[in-house]
Amino acid sequence: MSSPVVKLVAQRIALGILLLLAVSVLIFAGTQILPGDVAQAILGQSATPESLANLREQLGLNQPAYLRYFHWLGGVLTGDLGTAMSSGQDIATSIKGRLWNTLFLAFWAAIVAVPLAIILGLIAVRYRNGWVDKLISGLALASTSFPEFFIGYVLVYFFAVKYQIFPGISTVYEGMPFGERVQAIALPATALTLVVLAHMMRMTRAAILNVMQSAYVETAELKGLSAFSVIRKHAFPNAIAPIINVVMLNLAYLIVGVVVVEVIFVYPGMGQYLVDHVTKRDVPVVQAVGLIFAAVYISLNIIADIAAIVANPRLRHPK
Amino acid sequence: MADSKAKSGLLLDIRNLRIEATVFPPGEAPRNIVLVHDVSLTLEKGKVLGLIGESGAGKSTIGLSSMGYGRGGVRITGGEVILNGRDILKGGKEGFRRLRGREVCYVAQSAAAAFNPAHRLMDQVVEATLLHGTATRAEAEKRAIALFKKLSLPNPETIGERFPHQVSGGQLQRVMTAMALCSEPDLIVFDEPTTALDVTTQIDVLAAIKDAIRDTHVAALYITHDLAVVAQVSDEIMVLRHGRLVEWGGTRQIIKEPRQEYTNALVSVHEIEHAEQKPGTTPFLSVKNVTAAYGRSHIKVLKNVSVDIYPGQTLAVVGESGSGKSTLARAITGLLPPEEGTVTFDGRPLANRLADRPKEDLRQLQMIYQMADVAMNPRQTVGTIIGRPLEFYFGIRGRERDKRVAELLDKIEMGKGFSDRYPAELSGGQKQRVCIARSLAAKPKLIICDEVTSALDPLVANGILKLLLELQKEESVAYLFITHDLATVKSIADSIAVMYRGEVVRYGAKSKVLTPPFDAYTDLLLSSVPEMEIGWLEKAIKGRRMASAGN
Repeated sequence: MSSPVVKLVAQRIALGILLLLAVSVLIFAGTQILPGDVAQAILGQSATPESLANLREQLGLNQPAYLRYFHWLGGVLTGDLGTAMSSGQDIATSIKGRLWNTLFLAFWAAIVAVPLAIILGLIAVRYRNGWVDKLISGLALASTSFPEFFIGYVLVYFFAVKYQIFPGISTVYEGMPFGERVQAIALPATALTLVVLAHMMRMTRAAILNVMQSAYVETAELKGLSAFSVIRKHAFPNAIAPIINVVMLNLAYLIVGVVVVEVIFVYPGMGQYLVDHVTKRDVPVVQAVGLIFAAVYISLNIIADIAAIVANPRLRHPK
Repeated sequence: MADSKAKSGLLLDIRNLRIEATVFPPGEAPRNIVLVHDVSLTLEKGKVLGLIGESGAGKSTIGLSSMGYGRGGVRITGGEVILNGRDILKGGKEGFRRLRGREVCYVAQSAAAAFNPAHRLMDQVVEATLLHGTATRAEAEKRAIALFKKLSLPNPETIGERFPHQVSGGQLQRVMTAMALCSEPDLIVFDEPTTALDVTTQIDVLAAIKDAIRDTHVAALYITHDLAVVAQVSDEIMVLRHGRLVEWGGTRQIIKEPRQEYTNALVSVHEIEHAEQKPGTTPFLSVKNVTAAYGRSHIKVLKNVSVDIYPGQTLAVVGESGSGKSTLARAITGLLPPEEGTVTFDGRPLANRLADRPKEDLRQLQMIYQMADVAMNPRQTVGTIIGRPLEFYFGIRGRERDKRVAELLDKIEMGKGFSDRYPAELSGGQKQRVCIARSLAAKPKLIICDEVTSALDPLVANGILKLLLELQKEESVAYLFITHDLATVKSIADSIAVMYRGEVVRYGAKSKVLTPPFDAYTDLLLSSVPEMEIGWLEKAIKGRRMASAGN
C-alpha cells in the first residue's frame, strides 16, 4: 500500500507517539523541579536527615533522574502507575473506575452536544443573518459565557431543588443499573453540553459559510436543490475537516476539563480525583493523571487529523 | 426582429428586464445601482443567442435571470421573464426550484470550481435529473454515459466514477455540459464556458458544445466576452454594455456589418500595429540551458531552455498552461533556483537564489502579475504602493517621493487624485496600471509580464498593451511577456519563444516564428486561435495535425 493516505496517517500516529513521550518527559521533569521530594513529603518537615536518606534509598530516589524516569515510564507502559502516597493504594486500580466514570459522562454529553451543535450550525447557516441565526448564536454564546459552576448551580436549583426531576448529587457506584446511572449524570451532562455547544456550533456555522461562497454551491442551487439540501449535501462535506477539529478539541475538554463540573455534582471522576490529590501534594497520582489527560488530548487530536485526511477526496483518490 | 418569428416556437421572452443591486461603497451610505436597464430579448426553441460584452455589461446577470437567480444581492426589480409561456418571476421560490435543473440548466465558466470536490462526477451529473424525478437512476446514468460519448470524453463508461480533481479542466467543462444536458432541459445558459481554458483545449470544447446543441435541439444563451468564439456557435448575437442593449442581430450582420460604433470596436479589438525591432548585437539577459523542477521531483518543468532578451525589446513566451512559461519567469527572478544552467545579466552570471542576489540585481528585474488585485496590499493607498520601490531602492522619501509618484501616475494615464485611493476602489484595468507604475518606479531593465492582460476585458487589455508599448519607447525597458494569447503576441512581441511541455520548440524573431512552415505544435497553437469568421471552427478542427495536450 503506497497510498498517500496510509503514509500520512502513519506519520500522524508516529508524531503523536513522539509527542506523548515528550510530554511524559515534561511531566516527570516538572515534578522533579518542585522543592522537596516524595521522601520529604512523606516524613514531613521534622524528619531527620538520616531517616530521609533511608527512605530515599528505599524508594530509589537516590538514583539519577533519568534512570528514575525510565523506571517510571517502564511502569506506565506495563500498566503500573505506581502507588499513591497519601493512601498507599495502587494508582492504576483506583484510576480505572474513575476513568470509566469520566468517559461515561463525557460520552453522554458528547452524544447530545455534537449532533446538536452541528444541526444548530446547519440551521444557522440556512437562516443566516435572520432572527433564527441570531437567536441560536446568542443563546449558544450566552451558555458558553456563563461560568460552568453558575450553569451547574442553576441546573441544580431548578431540576434538583425546585422540581426534583434529577438528583443534585451524581452519586454512582459499581453495579448501578444503567438507567439510574444515566439519570444520575443527567445534570452534569447537561451542564457540560451547554459549555461546549457554542464553540462547535459557531465553528460549524463559520466553516460552512466559508464554503457557501464556492461556485459548486451555486451549481447546486441552480439544479433546483432546496436551501437545506444545498447546505447538507454540498457545503457540509467540504467543511468537515475544520468541524471535526473543533469537535475533537471539545471532546478532549469533556474528558480533561470537567474538574469544576465533577466537583459541583460530587461525581467520582478523574477531575475530582486529580483535585483531591493535588491538595494532598500526591505527586505520583498527579503524574499519572497528567499523563492520561495528555494521552487523551493527543489521541483525539490525531483522530481529528486522520479524519481530515480521510475526508479529503484528493488524498483518498489520488490522480 | 422578434416580430418575424412564429409565436409558437418561442421559448424565452424577456421583456423590459430591470435588475438592481445594493452596493456598499467604503465610507459612503449604501445605495442602489441598476445593473440591467430594461433589456428585452426573445429566443426560439433550439436556437442559440450569444450575449456579449465586457465585464459589468450584465450578460451573466441576464442569463441567470432566466432561472430566476441573482448572484449575491442582485434583485430582479422589473419586467417579465416568460419561459414556456408563463412568467417565471411570479412563481416564487418553489417555482424557481422546479424549473432550475429541469427546464433551464447552467454551465459555469470554471467547471473546475463548479463541481463539488467531495462527490463523484456521476452523482453530480445525474443529481438534477433525480431531484426532479424525470428519470430513474439507471436511466439517468445511461443517458449521462451517452452524453459523455457524444462530447467525446475519454472512457465514457467510467469517467463518472472519478472525482473532479482527477479530470482535466477541458474534460470537466465537457462533463458540465453533459450535466446540463442530462436532465433534457429546454434551455441551457452557457456562462463563458471556454474562457478559462487554453486555446488548444477551447476549440475541442467549443466543437463538442456545438455538436451537442445541434443534436439535442436545446436552446442556449451563450455568454462570452469573445466575439470570435460566440460567432462560431450562435445564430444571433446581442451586444450589451453597462447593462444596456447596444445591438442585436444575426451573427453574420454583427461581425461583418456592425451598425454601432461599440460593436465595431469589439470586432476590431486586436489590431495593434507593432513593427518588429531587429535584435541588437548583445543581449543584456541570457538564459542558458536552464533546467528546473519543483521540490525534489524528478519531473522537470523546464528542460534545457535558452533564450536571450535584448535591451528595450519584447520577448513573448507562449504556450498552454503547464508548458513552463511562468516557471521560466520564476527561474529568471530567482524564485525557483534552476538545477542546471545559468542566467547572465549584463555579462555576469546572476546568483541562482533570490536570497543571494544584491539589491541592485533585484531592482533591475521587476514583475507584473495576472491578478493585479491580489498583487497589491489592499490596505495601502496607490501612493504608498507606487512609492514603496522608490523608498526601497533609491531611498527617496517625503515630498520628493510624492512628486515621483505623481509623475508615474501621469505616465500610466491616471490623475494625481488616484494617489490616495485604495486598490478596492479601482477598476481591473486601473489596478493593472498601478502595478505597471510600481514596476517602473524601480527603473528596471526588464519587466516580466505574466499574463498581465488575461484577466481583463478585450478593450481594457488593448489599452494596457498600448500603454506598455508606449512606456517601452519612453523608458527603453525590455519585456518578457508571458501569455497564452497569440493575438496579444502579435501586437507586442519582437521575438517569440513557443514553449511546449517545458521545452522551447520554436524561437526567433516574430516574423520568422509566425511564418510557415510550422512545426506541429506551433501550427496547433496558431490554428486554435478563434477567428471572427463563420465556419472557422469546422475548418480548424478538420485541418488539425495533432491533438491538444489538455485532453
